[in-house]
Amino acid sequence: MLESIKLPITVKADVNLVLVALTLMGLVTRLCGINFPKAVVFDEVYYGQFVSLYMKQLFFIDESGPPLGHMILALGAYLGGFDGNFVWDRIGAEYTSNVPVWSLRVIPALAGALCVPLGYQVMVELRYSHLTAVGATLLLLLENALIVQSRFMLLESLLIFFLLTAVLFYLRFHNAYSSGERSLTLWVWLVMSGVSCACALGVKYTGVFTYMLLLGLAVFHTWQLIGNQALSNALVMVQVMVRSFALLILPVLCYFGFFYVHLSLLCRSGPHDPMMSSAFQASLEGGLSRITQWQPLEVAYGSQVTLRSVSSKPVPCWLHSHRVNYPIRYEDGRGSSHQQQITCYPFKDVNNWWVIKDPGRQELVVSSPPQTVKHGDIIQLVHGMTSRFLNTHDVAAPVSPHLQEVSGYIDFNVSMPSQNLWKVEILNRESERAVWKTIYSEVQLVHVNTSAVLKLSGASLPEWGFRQLEVVGDKLSKGYQQRWAWNVEEHRYGRSHEQKEREQELHSPTHIDISRNLTFIDKFLEVQLKMLTMKIEETEHKYSSSPLEWVTMDTNIVYWLHPSSNAQIHLIGNIVTWTFANLGLALFSLLFIWYLLRRRRNIHDIPEETWHQFVQAGAVCAGGWVVNYLPFFMMEKTLFLYHYLPALTFKILLLSVVIEHLHVHIFRSSLQRRSLEGVLLAGLALVYVCYHTLSPFTYGYPELSSEDIPFLRWRESWDILIRQH
Amino acid sequence: MESQRCQIQPAGKEDLCTLRRRKGGGKTSEREAIRAGRLGGSEGANGRPAAASEDTNGRPVEEKRSLQDGHRRTGTCSVLALVAVLSLITRFYKILEPPHICWDETHFGKMGSYYINRTFFFDVHPPLGKMLIGLAGHLTGYDGSFPFIRPGDKYEDHDYWGMRGFCALLGSCLPPVAYLTVQELSRSSTAALIAAATLVFDTGCITISQYILLDPILMFFIMGSVLCTVKFNQQRHRPFSAPWWLWLVLTGVNLAGALGVKFVGLFVIMLVGLNTAWDLWRLLGDLDLPLAEFWKHLSARVFGLILLPLTLYIMIFAVHFVVLKKSGPGDGFFSSAFQSRLIGNNLHNASMPEYLAYGSTVTVKNIRIAGGYLHSHWHLYPEGVGARQQQVTGYLHKDYNNLWLVQRPNNSEDLSRTPDLVRHGDVIRLEHKETTRFLHSHLHKAPLTKKHLQVTGYGINGTGDPNDLWQVEVCGGRQGDPVKVLRSKVRFLHRATGCVLYSTGKTLPKWGWEQVEVTCSPYLKETPNSQWNIEDHINHKLPNISLSLLKPSFLEILVESHIVMIRGNSGLKPKDHESSSKPWHWPVNYQGLRFSGVNETEYRVYLLGNPVIWWLNLLSIGLYLLMATTAAVLLQRGVQLGGRSQERCQVLLDGGGLLFLGWLLHYLPFYTMGRILYYHHYFPAMLFSSMLTGITLDILLQCGDLLFPLAVARHLHRVAQGLLLAAFIYSFYLFHPLSYGMRGPLAHDPASAMAGLRWMESWEF
Repeated sequence: MLESIKLPITVKADVNLVLVALTLMGLVTRLCGINFPKAVVFDEVYYGQFVSLYMKQLFFIDESGPPLGHMILALGAYLGGFDGNFVWDRIGAEYTSNVPVWSLRVIPALAGALCVPLGYQVMVELRYSHLTAVGATLLLLLENALIVQSRFMLLESLLIFFLLTAVLFYLRFHNAYSSGERSLTLWVWLVMSGVSCACALGVKYTGVFTYMLLLGLAVFHTWQLIGNQALSNALVMVQVMVRSFALLILPVLCYFGFFYVHLSLLCRSGPHDPMMSSAFQASLEGGLSRITQWQPLEVAYGSQVTLRSVSSKPVPCWLHSHRVNYPIRYEDGRGSSHQQQITCYPFKDVNNWWVIKDPGRQELVVSSPPQTVKHGDIIQLVHGMTSRFLNTHDVAAPVSPHLQEVSGYIDFNVSMPSQNLWKVEILNRESERAVWKTIYSEVQLVHVNTSAVLKLSGASLPEWGFRQLEVVGDKLSKGYQQRWAWNVEEHRYGRSHEQKEREQELHSPTHIDISRNLTFIDKFLEVQLKMLTMKIEETEHKYSSSPLEWVTMDTNIVYWLHPSSNAQIHLIGNIVTWTFANLGLALFSLLFIWYLLRRRRNIHDIPEETWHQFVQAGAVCAGGWVVNYLPFFMMEKTLFLYHYLPALTFKILLLSVVIEHLHVHIFRSSLQRRSLEGVLLAGLALVYVCYHTLSPFTYGYPELSSEDIPFLRWRESWDILIRQH
Repeated sequence: MESQRCQIQPAGKEDLCTLRRRKGGGKTSEREAIRAGRLGGSEGANGRPAAASEDTNGRPVEEKRSLQDGHRRTGTCSVLALVAVLSLITRFYKILEPPHICWDETHFGKMGSYYINRTFFFDVHPPLGKMLIGLAGHLTGYDGSFPFIRPGDKYEDHDYWGMRGFCALLGSCLPPVAYLTVQELSRSSTAALIAAATLVFDTGCITISQYILLDPILMFFIMGSVLCTVKFNQQRHRPFSAPWWLWLVLTGVNLAGALGVKFVGLFVIMLVGLNTAWDLWRLLGDLDLPLAEFWKHLSARVFGLILLPLTLYIMIFAVHFVVLKKSGPGDGFFSSAFQSRLIGNNLHNASMPEYLAYGSTVTVKNIRIAGGYLHSHWHLYPEGVGARQQQVTGYLHKDYNNLWLVQRPNNSEDLSRTPDLVRHGDVIRLEHKETTRFLHSHLHKAPLTKKHLQVTGYGINGTGDPNDLWQVEVCGGRQGDPVKVLRSKVRFLHRATGCVLYSTGKTLPKWGWEQVEVTCSPYLKETPNSQWNIEDHINHKLPNISLSLLKPSFLEILVESHIVMIRGNSGLKPKDHESSSKPWHWPVNYQGLRFSGVNETEYRVYLLGNPVIWWLNLLSIGLYLLMATTAAVLLQRGVQLGGRSQERCQVLLDGGGLLFLGWLLHYLPFYTMGRILYYHHYFPAMLFSSMLTGITLDILLQCGDLLFPLAVARHLHRVAQGLLLAAFIYSFYLFHPLSYGMRGPLAHDPASAMAGLRWMESWEF
């Protein structure tokens, strides 16, 4: 037994000191003094509110992106012991003492700092020299825009981190595989790559572009594998399965996982409840579930209910009536029935209560045992407070004249008989005699006389209808549409025989009993759909910009201004790096096209090996730039300069690729090489100077005098504040 | 025999079936024989024994093939003739009904009339389609006098048949062209027949071809381009021969036509462009081809596919501008210089005081193309949008609300003497003539462009405040220069805040009547957005001088009209409560379009594809992807396929690939479009999808011989083909009222002709 242990146990450490040094420098530039400023900086105001909600476990919906990024930020807050009590209302507001500023900002800063060594590793995996990798890393290190974006509670540095890890792990996998290695670590790299892709996608939707690029690369490599006829069919099959599991199925599972954690964390009712379905709301602690917890499940004759429109479009609202009639004549001269208004009202109100009545019975109380309402039953609906019957007839609706008016029936004795019978059709029924269930059943009310369906027209009433939503009967509508469906939200069995007592009863809160659980998938689908379909008002921000302005950095963003002095923080990049990176991209494209065309004519300027390396680097770096930049031209949302940072990262990597290529393959005489080296050193020095000059805008200190600032305004389009004292 | 085939009884559904079956039988064996011949000639050893054994009589293979080619050609011709006749019949049947304006006829008919009346108008599409409609109307005796006000208006005794007939004629070319294209791509008449039949019997294609619309014209040119490209590809072994040039030039002509009708033509240009790039790439890789020869190829394509279409496209516009010489409803969209070309416009041979003076009534127009007139009206900015003062906007139409009075800051104008001129550097007030408010700005954010300041109308009857003062600056002028009407570019600098009056070009929401936003920009960079010119100038105390404007060159007009069109196109946003059709609705045939009529009493036409055909198309796309992937993987794995399978894989990947790419290019871009979308936008993509169906199903049926003995497989093939055609015809019989008009109760009523046919709840008939 003991013989099998080989002694002495040794560890062979292989430390790349340059890499360690660069990492340390990354940590210094990103992490030093992140306590400053002790005030809300730019989008912290936006992400901060979600962090607070996580701390309080209140449910919210953020349409801007999936929850992983928010959760990572919230993790920092949790570790720092933040209680969530801070009002995130304006940029520049001083943090109170209970906000752990350092721990809120440290995770994004760490991610930003780690991007520096990651850049190094990616270059090495692309099989470029260590010196080139150092160059690329220095450029990333001294990039002011990346530094600013990392130092605050923002998501871009996390996104870039995950993008780089995804690329790195995939390249590592591919290199190891093609060099013939077949060990477990190989597959670990692949799986890690898949997980990183999922994380990138989980931080921001824009991560999907790099994921697609990586998938493309993987498909290409797999396609070559399929073409390798030396491999057996079974082996190819296994390879394809494993790869598609790691890069297709696993990311999807991870994505589900993020939402699972998100939804388990946010278990209490919060600010966005009304946007969700009643069933979803009932699954949250507090809020609707507090009301609905003890409700009876089955709707019976005599039930008192509120009816909510299932579609929540344009806003969630409840069927409503009040003691005001339709005007006798509308503005356009058409007449109305002059009966009581029926509307849909987006707020909770005692006038939202209706009583379900059996047409054959006078009482408005629930008999015992309760007689439940089933699919296909005919009912009348009595308005709780005014006792009018829900009615519709062949009169044009107020705003949508092609539809029927719905009214609370009053007998004016003008030979307009009441038509107040409605057939209950449960749309999501399981059997033909399904019972109408609270919250759960989506019900369509079909008018018996005219077969019109009770629905929202989507329009709002004018002033006389208090701008509430118009409710109409539509004869043409058939079949299932959420717009026509209603569900019972609040529900209790009516007990009072007298109108006065009933009014009293309506005012009192409901409680009786049901509990219902949605499955995770139901909740996930609802939340994800809401996030994707939520209409955001397309507003322009003061610092928003168009993608065209990004390449040349014609725009900046003011992140923070000192309330009294000239100290300020801007998102401004290292303009020297940006310019060189643009040149690098142009040069790469020219070289690539040149080689490509010449190779087609069978002229090989560079060795085959170099060409493959060049193409692979191009696919990753130039491809990374393209997929992270061009799609923004087609987006219709408000865009900022920081959306360009992932693309910028790839472009900087590409620059070093081009420089090494120039050095090795284009400049062949030693004189040329010497001069290129000289230019490079000078360039690096220039990059450092630029970094140093702009660093007051990056770190917010030292404070600049009002004379100095105009010299830093290198572009007229930059917004920089100068306070005159 | 031939004549017998061509006698078709219009309603004889069964006759058609039997006819088809008989013909199909004959065709199949012929084709098999051809294939046997070809294989025997080229690959020999690879050919299947069964195929080789068919070559029984001792004639040389060459001779036999030419004979069979001849047979095939006559067979093809007769089928083609049948397709053409059928498509003419289906498109022209009831072409005159309903005798009122249907749907977008109100636009395109009206624009056709404008050409006949030579009145200038503005539309978001290039002019060729409407010009052809106008021409067709003119040639058939329509005099352009029908006003085309709204859908449902009766044509009465106006000659509208010519315009509808022209569109229907182009629409009936689609099935034969599809037949030829698929025939060329797959070398299989079965595939061609299936593709053509899907188009002939599709109610959607019929409906959209029967009215005065741009779509049939557009689709004609798209299909023309595809056919010519395919034909051109076939000529690749005989470069620079006469047919090679013919097809190249025809491709170019068709591309110009497609782009000249709608910008959707760009998609087919992309398709042809990609195909050409691929072709050139192949040529470049052919090391036997000297580089000089390659340059010849390249320049020939540049000429035929870029220069020629561009020239034609520009010529279309030249004709457009020459024909439309009278002032009309579209004037205001264009610059002052442009307007001076139009007879009847107040700028045509204009005469007005030459220099801007105090006390003048003026209109102020933004220099930026389609920037609009400075405009105000009796409406306030809504609550929450800056200060609640009167709106100031940019408006593209001519209107009395565009009139402004030029005043001194203190309004101390001596009314009796000749008014002073406004000079560079002067401070003025601009009073809105209709509402007597002053042009005003202040430190509130502009409604949309938050970086800018809000501009409002403020004060009443001459009482204002210092925020109403604007300094006039002539661009490139010096202190004391007068302001030339029409010719000077002027900037208005706000005295109090130092910002400059600016038209952002963004459309305000509903509260601003979808007019253009006008702001005061703190960025003083010189852009056309901040430059204005004085267009109308009325001052009775000054002598009018005839102004000959610098007439714009043709190129300037061309560029200007394009910018206006593109702006107009992206401005077509869905209005509130108007549900925009979603691109995913289209392939599943989710919802159609009402062309005419809503109620039970009206004559209803509903644009909806034949669901059997559309769902089959959808299925075929999935099937195609599956089959193509299988084929590609087999080839990549280097699996030894029989000659026949090899050939099928090639057809599937090359011919099918081209069509699939065409479908993608005509469909996917709609997902990224922000403008309002309609169901009929899918029809160009549907053409590609139908052709792809032809190829996919044909190859699927052919693959029967992998499972069954050859004779059985051939029999099965024939039966399946017959069944497919029968299904098309029967479904067409069921759904034909959609195209040819329905009356009476709606479909949910059992008494309706369409009862039971509303297979999807979202169909509205």
